[in-house]
Amino acid sequence: MIIDLVWLVPLIPLIGFILNGLGRNTFSKGLTGFIGSGVIFISFAISVGIFLALGSDPVKSHEIFLFDWISAGSLHIPLSFLVDPLSSIMLLIITGVGFLIHIYSIGYMHGDEGFGKFFSYLNLFIFFMLLLVLGSNYIVMFIGWEGVGLCSYLLIGFWYTNSNYASAAKKAFVMNRIGDLGFLLGVFFIFTTFGSVEFSKIFPQAANMLPGNSTIALIALLLFIGACGKSAQLPLFTWLPDAMAGPTPVSALIHAATMVTAGIYMIARSNILFDLAPMIQHIIAIVGLATAIVAAIIALTQTDIKKVLAYSTVSQLGYMFLGLGVGAYDGAFFHVITHAFFKALLFLCAGSVIHALHHEQDMRHMGGLRKKLPVTFITMLIGTIAIAGLPPFSGFFSKDEILAHVYTHDKLMWGIAVFGAFLTAFYMFRMLFLTFYGKYRGTHHAEEKIHESPGSMTIPLIVLAVLSAAGGIIGIPEVLGGSHWLSHWLAPVIHHTAESPDHATEYALMAVSVIGVLISIGVAYSRYIGKNHIPAPDEAKRSLLANLSYNKFYFDEIYDALIRKPLDILSGFFYRIFDNKIVDGIVNGLGWGTSEASKGLRLVQSGNVGFYIFMMVVGIISLLLYTYLSL
Amino acid sequence: MGTSVFYFVATLSVIFSLLVIFSKNPVHSVLYLILTFFTFTVHYVLLNAQFLAVVNFIVYMGAIMVLFLFVLMLLNLNKDNEPLKSNMVKIVGVIAGCCLLVTLIGSLKATAVSDPVLLRNPDLGLLKNLGKELFGPFMLPFELSSILLLSAMVGAVLLTKKEKV
Amino acid sequence: MTHQLQGVPLNHYIWLSAIIFTIGVIGVLTRRNAIVIFMSVELMLNAVNLLLTAFSVHSNDPSGQVFVFFIMALAAAEVAVGLSIIVMVYRNTQSTDINVLNRLKW
Repeated sequence: MIIDLVWLVPLIPLIGFILNGLGRNTFSKGLTGFIGSGVIFISFAISVGIFLALGSDPVKSHEIFLFDWISAGSLHIPLSFLVDPLSSIMLLIITGVGFLIHIYSIGYMHGDEGFGKFFSYLNLFIFFMLLLVLGSNYIVMFIGWEGVGLCSYLLIGFWYTNSNYASAAKKAFVMNRIGDLGFLLGVFFIFTTFGSVEFSKIFPQAANMLPGNSTIALIALLLFIGACGKSAQLPLFTWLPDAMAGPTPVSALIHAATMVTAGIYMIARSNILFDLAPMIQHIIAIVGLATAIVAAIIALTQTDIKKVLAYSTVSQLGYMFLGLGVGAYDGAFFHVITHAFFKALLFLCAGSVIHALHHEQDMRHMGGLRKKLPVTFITMLIGTIAIAGLPPFSGFFSKDEILAHVYTHDKLMWGIAVFGAFLTAFYMFRMLFLTFYGKYRGTHHAEEKIHESPGSMTIPLIVLAVLSAAGGIIGIPEVLGGSHWLSHWLAPVIHHTAESPDHATEYALMAVSVIGVLISIGVAYSRYIGKNHIPAPDEAKRSLLANLSYNKFYFDEIYDALIRKPLDILSGFFYRIFDNKIVDGIVNGLGWGTSEASKGLRLVQSGNVGFYIFMMVVGIISLLLYTYLSL
Repeated sequence: MGTSVFYFVATLSVIFSLLVIFSKNPVHSVLYLILTFFTFTVHYVLLNAQFLAVVNFIVYMGAIMVLFLFVLMLLNLNKDNEPLKSNMVKIVGVIAGCCLLVTLIGSLKATAVSDPVLLRNPDLGLLKNLGKELFGPFMLPFELSSILLLSAMVGAVLLTKKEKV
Repeated sequence: MTHQLQGVPLNHYIWLSAIIFTIGVIGVLTRRNAIVIFMSVELMLNAVNLLLTAFSVHSNDPSGQVFVFFIMALAAAEVAVGLSIIVMVYRNTQSTDINVLNRLKW
């Protein structure tokens, strides 16, 4: 049966990594690209097979045991994979979107010296990501979790000769470590509480527990901290915008479509635990909402096209956490899927623009590209509409599902969340208008060189555009005549679903959000096309709010002042006082004391044999006296 | 008379050994040392350690003392030309020695065992008995001591050979 | 005759050895002539030899006398090497005074 072959899915990208890694200097670019994309395509094909097989299989959860990895005392950690509705969908997203992005990278990276290195890293990333979602216990998940962090680090710092990029990579790594620590502690607590790290042993136990257990709450909180780091939530989100230093396909694959959703996947996977900790759920909802709003506000004034998308990603991730927090796990996961489509699409479109403009990322130097890059324009338009949430594009269904659940949970939260959705529509269309409408604002010389991207880049765009437009089919709610296939598919994994509001309310909510989004688009249109408004240069004076937004609420500066500087001062203090004076003092003092004492003792060695013998006699006498007296 | 022979010889031993260290002429020292060793030989005889008595007589009094005398004569040291140590050093040396003696005797008192030395096996110190012992349990050390003597011989020859410059 | 000589307390042998040994030590401490110091060392060795023999007889164990035999062999070797060193020293310094030999230091 094909499900038993699931181990091939991660193994093949690993082989690709090894081949491309070893042959990075010898393989031609064509061969490297073929291997890199080919292995992902094979994985994708197997994943489709697994998905179809699982659909026709009455048993929805298969654990494929490979071998015992760690076995010590009561601790047994097998390397085994879990194939169930949740992981099979993730497999499709990772390999499917991953494959498209690999194809795209062949065109995008063709001029880069590190072509082979890039593809080997991408394959390695896919391997670890698959390990993350396939693992049947928290430890295997953690391997993947750390592995994707490593690949993220490697790829953000891909152009490591630029020191800014290298430090962005370090920042991402360190921020992730903070979250990873939480995750790891959570896993330890899980082991001490349940005596196992296997999903199949933990969840049945947890299902019998009552809500309000403080240990479970602690576990949920720690896991959530882990998810915060990986999925860039407040207060650990600042690494994601900086991660845009990596090549654009990386931003699309790792920092939009797959890796950053690992946190949501993990929480959705452990949904039973989170259901037992209502207070933590509440915290998750608040953090998600705050992240969504803060990131949306920051995105309003950014001028770098990738930064806008990065903050938009953070904001959308915030919506997903909001969904998780109100118990709409399937809604959040639905948004993960649609977001993977349209955000990958948007990033790839941005990459296409950047590629066409020879690495120009500032929107103030773009404009009027509609005619020159027609395919990119149309696909990006589709992506923008999808993220803004206009029916019948995919973003509408997923976002509205989350919002509807939020409405039943808390009206005020709903209000803020909807406002955030309006902001999303505004900044996304602002980006679209600034890039593709109006007149070209770069130099005349550069304008002549603008060209549409090659087929290897536009074909993935078209495929993703279709998916972004039609991806909502899998989750059309009953109120709109659909059956919400995704919700039924995930039912074996998600044990509890949040209540939906009644039909009339749901219609009203949709109407409100659609009208609001349309108004936002109208405002953006009048501002950026009607009035031809161009964002002010960096040094221009801004109003207080715009200034806050433009400078990203000074998060980096606040962290710098609150954490880095005190640490620096403390470290400096310890270096000067403790290390230099005390540690070095002891070490040097020992050496100095020995040599000084020896200098003194050296004089005793006078060369006078008589004196030696005298001392010997004194020694004998004292020895005898000692034994005599101690008798 | 019994034990009085021992005390008489013991007194002689002490007197001669004192003379060894206090005579100014090294040659006299050697001669007194020979006498001291002779009294030791008598002690061995009294203990019925006949083999040791003979060895002591031949090796110590014969070979070693002749060697000493030979060197003294060779270096022409048979005069009282030894530069004397200061009295201070001598007094300190004697005091230190006496302290050592007192401590030794004192620690002996602490053990307080004083059996008479009785010869239970008259053959103990005879050559036959010792030879069996030497070629039995002490085989290896005995063979090794031959290497020691060989190396001493080689060393002595090597040391006294004039360097060819 | 041997029967009559028995009966000397062991302690007296120890005292005698201790006295001779101490005389050897005093000799080493007070004299400066290397050869005399050497002789004092021989005195000490012989004191120990006598004691070993006395104990050997006292405990009826021939090992003590075997040991004395080994000490004698060692003393012979030691004297041969020691005297040759003294001869060499005398050749170089025209003296057997140990106070001249104070260069063995750092």
